[in-house]
Amino acid sequence: MKLGILVNEGPYTHQASDTAYQFAMAALAKGHQIYRVFFYHDGVNNATRLTEPPQDDRHIVNRWSKLAEEHGIDLVVCVAAALRRGIKDEILAKGFRISGLGQLVETGIQADRLVVFGD
Amino acid sequence: MQEETSGTIKKFMFVNRRAPYGTVYALEALEVALISAAFDQDISMVFLDDGVYELVKGQQTKAIDVKNFSPAYRALEGYDIEKLYVDADSLAARGLTEDNLLVPAQVLSAAQMAELMDQQDVVIGF
Repeated sequence: MKLGILVNEGPYTHQASDTAYQFAMAALAKGHQIYRVFFYHDGVNNATRLTEPPQDDRHIVNRWSKLAEEHGIDLVVCVAAALRRGIKDEILAKGFRISGLGQLVETGIQADRLVVFGD
Repeated sequence: MQEETSGTIKKFMFVNRRAPYGTVYALEALEVALISAAFDQDISMVFLDDGVYELVKGQQTKAIDVKNFSPAYRALEGYDIEKLYVDADSLAARGLTEDNLLVPAQVLSAAQMAELMDQQDVVIGF
């Protein structure tokens, strides 16, 4: 199945980004395809390479980057939500790109299921 | 505005559950609905829980220094977004009736709402 993923919450405060990542890994392991992961609202905070969690914690941002690199998954950050929060091209982590809400709608159209994470 | 849709038309539902001010979600739902309309999709907007307040007439936001975007709901028709649904129990629980709403909307029971949601291809909550 072709899946779209929407992440609506930032990292570390909320479980949503962790669960979305774990869902993506589990789906890939089952042979499903991830069409795109779209980061919206506070979810855009998953995309900054300035993130530095403590050594003994998981690195949520790098984990997404690695997922993108290893599985060729498109990680798209909502431009309006990103700019409001100071997330710009120059601080994006590897594998992320900034684009418009049209990319979310297109994910809904192209994917068999759009799975939403966050309140 | 027309966008490339590759001809596919899906049923998109945007579920509004929060008061219009205090969080950004109501405004974002309008944004996504308008962009979906540009992709020529079949769009429904649902208002339930505190989301029913988004459609209440006479919103005044000057004191909180935030733009009153409620006129935008009346403009949705111009973008072919005409399917607006309000949850009957949510209205009643807040002492509201259809007369309090600033735009025509269909009032549905929880069972009718569930049936409508079941028919959708894409459901996004705000």
